[in-house]
Amino acid sequence: MTTLTLGHFLSLGAMLFALAVIGIFLNRKNLIVLLMAIELMLLAVNMNFVAFSHYLGDMHGQVFVFFILTVAAAESAIGLAILVLLFRNKNNINVDELNSLKG
Amino acid sequence: MSQTLNASTLLVIPMAPLVGSLLAGILGTQFGGNWIGRRLSHTFTILGVLVSFILSAMTLSKVIGGASFNDSLYTWMVVGGLKMEVGFMVDSLTAMMMCVVTFVSLMVHIYTIGYMDEDEGYNRFFAYISLFTFSMLMLVMSNNLLQLFFGWEAVGLVSYLLIGFWYNKPTAIFANMKAFLVNRVGDFGFILGIGLIAAYSGTLNYTELFAKANELAAIQFPWYIFGMDAMLITVICICLFIGAMGKSAQFPLHVWLPDSMEGPTPISALIHAATMVTAGIFMVARMSPLFELSDAALNFMMVIGSITALFMGFLGIIQNDIKRVVAYSTLSQLGYMTVALGASAYSVAVFHLMTHAFFKALLFLGAGSVIMGMHHNQDIRWMGGVRKYMPITWITSLLGSLALIGTPMFSGFYSKDSIIEAVHLSTLPAAGFANFAVLAGVFVTAFYSFRMYFLVFHGPERYDQNPDAHHDDHHGHDDHGHDKPHESPWVVTVPLVLLAIPSVVIGFMTIEPMLYGEFFKNVIFIDAAKHPAMQQLGELFHGPVAMALHGMTMAPFWLALAGVVAAWYMYLVNPQVPAFFARVLRPLVVLLEQKYYMDWINENILAKGARGLGQGLWKVGDRAIIDGFFVNGSWKVVGLVSSVVRWFQSGFLYHYALVMILGVFVLMTYFVWLA
Repeated sequence: MTTLTLGHFLSLGAMLFALAVIGIFLNRKNLIVLLMAIELMLLAVNMNFVAFSHYLGDMHGQVFVFFILTVAAAESAIGLAILVLLFRNKNNINVDELNSLKG
Repeated sequence: MSQTLNASTLLVIPMAPLVGSLLAGILGTQFGGNWIGRRLSHTFTILGVLVSFILSAMTLSKVIGGASFNDSLYTWMVVGGLKMEVGFMVDSLTAMMMCVVTFVSLMVHIYTIGYMDEDEGYNRFFAYISLFTFSMLMLVMSNNLLQLFFGWEAVGLVSYLLIGFWYNKPTAIFANMKAFLVNRVGDFGFILGIGLIAAYSGTLNYTELFAKANELAAIQFPWYIFGMDAMLITVICICLFIGAMGKSAQFPLHVWLPDSMEGPTPISALIHAATMVTAGIFMVARMSPLFELSDAALNFMMVIGSITALFMGFLGIIQNDIKRVVAYSTLSQLGYMTVALGASAYSVAVFHLMTHAFFKALLFLGAGSVIMGMHHNQDIRWMGGVRKYMPITWITSLLGSLALIGTPMFSGFYSKDSIIEAVHLSTLPAAGFANFAVLAGVFVTAFYSFRMYFLVFHGPERYDQNPDAHHDDHHGHDDHGHDKPHESPWVVTVPLVLLAIPSVVIGFMTIEPMLYGEFFKNVIFIDAAKHPAMQQLGELFHGPVAMALHGMTMAPFWLALAGVVAAWYMYLVNPQVPAFFARVLRPLVVLLEQKYYMDWINENILAKGARGLGQGLWKVGDRAIIDGFFVNGSWKVVGLVSSVVRWFQSGFLYHYALVMILGVFVLMTYFVWLA
């Protein structure tokens, strides 16, 4: 039985991050999944913050996590609002068909 | 020089013709709304030139009394110590030129009233010739090279305008373009010379420049020319002389002058015989302190002058257009002047310039009078016997021809004989060839002059044989009712008479002061130790009468006589002889008819070569390298790169995210492991 070390937490963070990245690339259908993957990325980073904060005995990292969560919530709200508008305009949130970024 | 001339009087001399020209040119043409008619136009311009002539004559008499003027009136600009000014330098050379220019110009102005009577461009013509008088006066009165160049280009411009005066005639347009372009070649050399002077002496003012002449003479030219060392002064002088070659129509830049006969006859007399073409001679005489320092340049001038004097004379023999005969004669006489310059006999060259201005203007105006009388037929083959119908023209032309061939006591004798003697006494290496050329030239001159004279004024009348009489009659005036020639109105004959007087007597009167007296002292500089010809000539001179008597025993007189007799025999007594020679010497005649193929060379080698070079530079340099490689090449590279890069620009969010993340990985890899 081994104790949990910083490495475990960081591994978890890295896995979550990788999961989120893969989610972004593999997802070809739904924009909501994309938003969720981005949220997951942020959470993976938060996990790193909390882990470092705990093991280094510095509370600033956890304070930071609150800021990030707040900003992420606001961002999700805006993202969903954009999503709703996009759906109204295009009747469709299929990622594969949203290529108007190329101008 | 004790006395100074009045600057404002001098300023009036060039300005009076300019005012006349502007009045006639702006108010008298469509440009200004045709405000003034023909009578007012010619009154204004003639008054301007008359004022100018009277003041010039007064100036000359004061100059003879010892007065002079040399000052700048206006500073145009100062660039790094190089002053560009407008100023006058009036000494004996200038005063003499001013009188010649204004006198001939006045005569031509009066003559034009009659000659251009039927022409629509009457007022425009007067505006041009007055403008020419202004330009020529600015040229001769200048005290610096820049103003000289201004006058130089201005007379070139007016010459261009006047050659193409009948702008509906394609040949006239071709001729004026040719004159302009050939003169550009000369002017290019001239401006190089001026630039070298400005670069090395730092001044354009004559007086300051001549003070530095000896300094300039010591400088080695920094570059090799055709692999040879050269002195700076030689390069400067040859560059300046190339300018003179263009303006004074010396071989090989002579090709424009015969074609310039496309213009109206009065300007052929004024510009292309008496004044403008002598600007080159005047300039070299003015620059005598520089030319005197370079034997190479003097030799060069002598060779060019001899070629022009002899070979252009030959061309006069086979011409059938009355004006072209006189034009080739002008070329040949200009060659004589250039030879005199080369022999360091500057005063003789200027003397010949003056006498030539009178008798050649006379000959041209006489030719013009004949052309008028012949209803604008210019071909001497269809003239003959004109003396019965045009007595004044006949007598004056005869006097002009006698002066031209150098009959003793006539003006041309004194100047031409002095040239021949000066060349004979010259010690330069080129003098041998020059001596032969000027002597042979005497015979040729006499021959072509009297060939023309006999064909026009004597012999059977051949007016009705002209195959293209109606073709030539471009004015379309068939209402004369008869084919006989008629004497010209008094406005034409009076100038002829007034020009005939100096043509006969001016040489007799002025040879002593001009060549051997004090007239050109301090104006024309001759290094007597190196070029003793003038000094020796002075020792041989014992008064004009003695010179005339002596001249009758000398070769030139007998050569001239032989020329006259030959012309008389071949064209009056036995007209089969020229045809016989034309048959026997067919290749030679063809060579002459083609004018030594100079036009062919210019058009097919120089012009085509230049066009080919231009085409090559355009195709290779401009289209292939600049347009093809640099301009089109850059957009093609950008386009190629873009067409690859655009595949990244898919518009799909996850592609951008992937690139972003890959970028983050690359950066992190770099920072964590490599940095």
